[in-house]
Amino acid sequence: MTTATAPAFPTTWSRPPFIKRAWLRWTLYLGALLYMILAVGSVEVNWMRVWEGLDRGLRFIQGFLLPDFTSRWEDILIGMEESLTMAVTSTVAGVAISVPIGIGAARNIAPLPVYAICRAIIALSRSFQEIIIAILFVAMFGFGPFAGFLTLSFATIGFLAKLLAEDIEDIDESQAEAVRATGAGWWQIVTYAIQPQVMPRLIGLSLYRLDINFRESAVIGIVGAGGVGATLNTAMDRYEYDSAAAILILIILIVMAAEYSSGYVRKWLQ
Amino acid sequence: MLRLEGLSKVYGTGDRALTDVSFTVEPGQVVGLIGPSGAGKSTLIRCINRLVEPSAGKISLGDLDITQLSRGGLRQARRRIGMIFQEYALVERLTVMENVLSGRLGYVGFWRSFFRKFPPKSVENAYRLLDRVGLSDHVNKRADALSGGQRQRVGIARALEQDPDLLLIDEPTASLDPKTSRQIMRLIIEICDERGLPAIINIHDVALAQQFVQRIIGLQGGKVVFDGSPDELDADVLTRIYGEEDWSATIRKVDEDAEGTEDSAEEIAAALDRERLAGLT
Amino acid sequence: MAPVMTDTSSEQVTSGPVWRKRTTKQELALWLGWLALAAFFIFCWQIMTKTTIWAFVYDAPRQALDIGSRMVPPRWEYLPNLLEPLWDTIAIATLGTLLALFMAVPVAFLAARNTTPSTRFIRPVALLIIVSSRSINSLIWALLLVAIIGPGVMAGIVAIAFRSIGFVAKLLYEAIEEIDATQVEAVSATGASKAQIMDYAVVPQILPAFAGITVFRWDINIRESTVLGLVGAGGLGLRLQESLNVLAWPQVTIIFILILITVLVSEWVSAKVRHAII
Repeated sequence: MTTATAPAFPTTWSRPPFIKRAWLRWTLYLGALLYMILAVGSVEVNWMRVWEGLDRGLRFIQGFLLPDFTSRWEDILIGMEESLTMAVTSTVAGVAISVPIGIGAARNIAPLPVYAICRAIIALSRSFQEIIIAILFVAMFGFGPFAGFLTLSFATIGFLAKLLAEDIEDIDESQAEAVRATGAGWWQIVTYAIQPQVMPRLIGLSLYRLDINFRESAVIGIVGAGGVGATLNTAMDRYEYDSAAAILILIILIVMAAEYSSGYVRKWLQ
Repeated sequence: MLRLEGLSKVYGTGDRALTDVSFTVEPGQVVGLIGPSGAGKSTLIRCINRLVEPSAGKISLGDLDITQLSRGGLRQARRRIGMIFQEYALVERLTVMENVLSGRLGYVGFWRSFFRKFPPKSVENAYRLLDRVGLSDHVNKRADALSGGQRQRVGIARALEQDPDLLLIDEPTASLDPKTSRQIMRLIIEICDERGLPAIINIHDVALAQQFVQRIIGLQGGKVVFDGSPDELDADVLTRIYGEEDWSATIRKVDEDAEGTEDSAEEIAAALDRERLAGLT
Repeated sequence: MAPVMTDTSSEQVTSGPVWRKRTTKQELALWLGWLALAAFFIFCWQIMTKTTIWAFVYDAPRQALDIGSRMVPPRWEYLPNLLEPLWDTIAIATLGTLLALFMAVPVAFLAARNTTPSTRFIRPVALLIIVSSRSINSLIWALLLVAIIGPGVMAGIVAIAFRSIGFVAKLLYEAIEEIDATQVEAVSATGASKAQIMDYAVVPQILPAFAGITVFRWDINIRESTVLGLVGAGGLGLRLQESLNVLAWPQVTIIFILILITVLVSEWVSAKVRHAII
């Protein structure tokens, strides 16, 4: 049937471009290219320093292969103890504060002024890195894990209250409606219609946040807020790469264990 | 001409999907494959282009022994076998044209296909096929913007773009409404007639099969239990294939799956799924 | 927790069954659980506050007021000094994200069950890379890299990249595991080669997820790169560290404001871009 009388069909085809307007497309492409060139150009690298550093890098890799747990074991132990207890206490405190704030930040059940205040707290907590908060808290409360505890609790609020509020806003409205129809008060709506729907995810998120808080607790020690980060920083400053590697390996192992067990707990809860 | 001899398939899980299946498809012949879910229809069709590896037996397409082919040889053989799928299996995020052109992938090198620079002949043919299946206006649309019937037409065009010697068609109408089903079946049969193209069609709906194909093969428990013309399908034969049921009322009743075969049907489907992804690894 | 009828056979035969949310046993277990949690919290609290000097804590409100009063008014003239670090911060985040993509994509394909060459040997290695990268914060990576390749933007880029590999690879391999097998099957049935199957069946399916993950991570990286300078890895954090060292609080305020604006803008950009893609 491929006869000469058949209508002629085009012999070329090209894919329609992702951005239809040609000028916009080319502006974006050229802009991106220009930015890349400028950005890469602005990176100053002291290759001599890198060359010298390779030796240290090698020693660090050696440290990873042969970590030294023993010579700084006391310090590591104290640091880990602080990190773990900080993670637990800050998660508990953070969750406890997040729940009312999260409820307050859900537009479907909170009045506008409360909503605005709660959202502002969440935005404030989310905008700054833990480390910046830690710097401020260390300046106010002095060095040590207490400042770290406050930092992580504050960070937990931004994370958990936001997700909780979104969950509440997403709940099945018909169930809340059904409870409301029985003439229930606000408090009863929260406990009967919202809590059962949100609870499983809240537990899952809390466990996830515990994991994050532990990881963060290893960082804020760098600015003096307690935890294993301080030990790590000291080890790095003294070029004790094998001890530093030991600490990092411990962190990785604990995070892995936490991830594994929290997956298990979540399965068990369901 | 396609010839199957003693084809068997046992999945890794120990499920027996096919046992000693033998038949021949003559040039230009359209064969309907019927049978309950889990009877091995999907497995059979996928053994022919070795999307599923047969455990025993021989498949020959013309002079070519498909079961003996190496990887490269298999790719060459697959180019000659077009396949149309139940859920259309279009790449949803690509355009209609890219989906059709993907039928030529076996013929072009990686970089040409990567830059979508297919030979002019292939592109022209793709346009012609899209015109033939009535989709000229949708060339640059994304596949997921089309309706079910339109998607299946793209699927047909993709298979034909391969310029195949054989069509394998897996439940082409299972996700379509009755009217569209008939339109799609008619289109397939017309195209097979136009090109003298042999085809094997897995089909759920016995009435539809009877209406459109010249020869029906019935599978039950992985074995061929019927092979004949549509007129020979009577209550006896249907009972042999699907099990006891009152066939007199309406022949369309067989839409429902036969009981008893369902448990293993699921297991086989899962095993099939695993093998289908084998092409990736 | 499904509502459960209490045992009716014993004492409540006359009054009929009384509905309760939980059985007595469940109620008890729940209370014990809360009690255990409280005890554990107090135990951890005790250990954590062992070394706390409470005098400092009681003094905190005064300190806060003191710092607060010194932070205002912000020293606006300091702003021009921050433009170059701001450029560096964005460069660290962008180039770090790009570098991470180059390494994360192969790791993701090796980690996904349906594309890994070997579930037994290669997949665990890929998963180990992912978990190691994810467990270590970018600041710690920066700490290491500053020691190895020296302070500067380069250390920041590599630190961001190392931290992002795990994140991107994890989300990407989950997306790969969810792809539709029939599309892959259909393309392989045409006689396509492995590379072509990747290009035509796998990549189109994961591309939206990939783009979304990239932009999401870039947004996070902007936040993280604002503070990397604290350990010497370039960007705004460098100026923050300098200002803190000399207790120049009015400058710190300016830096905080700039960080806040940067973070908000990057969040807006990433939301816009993600919206355009999906």
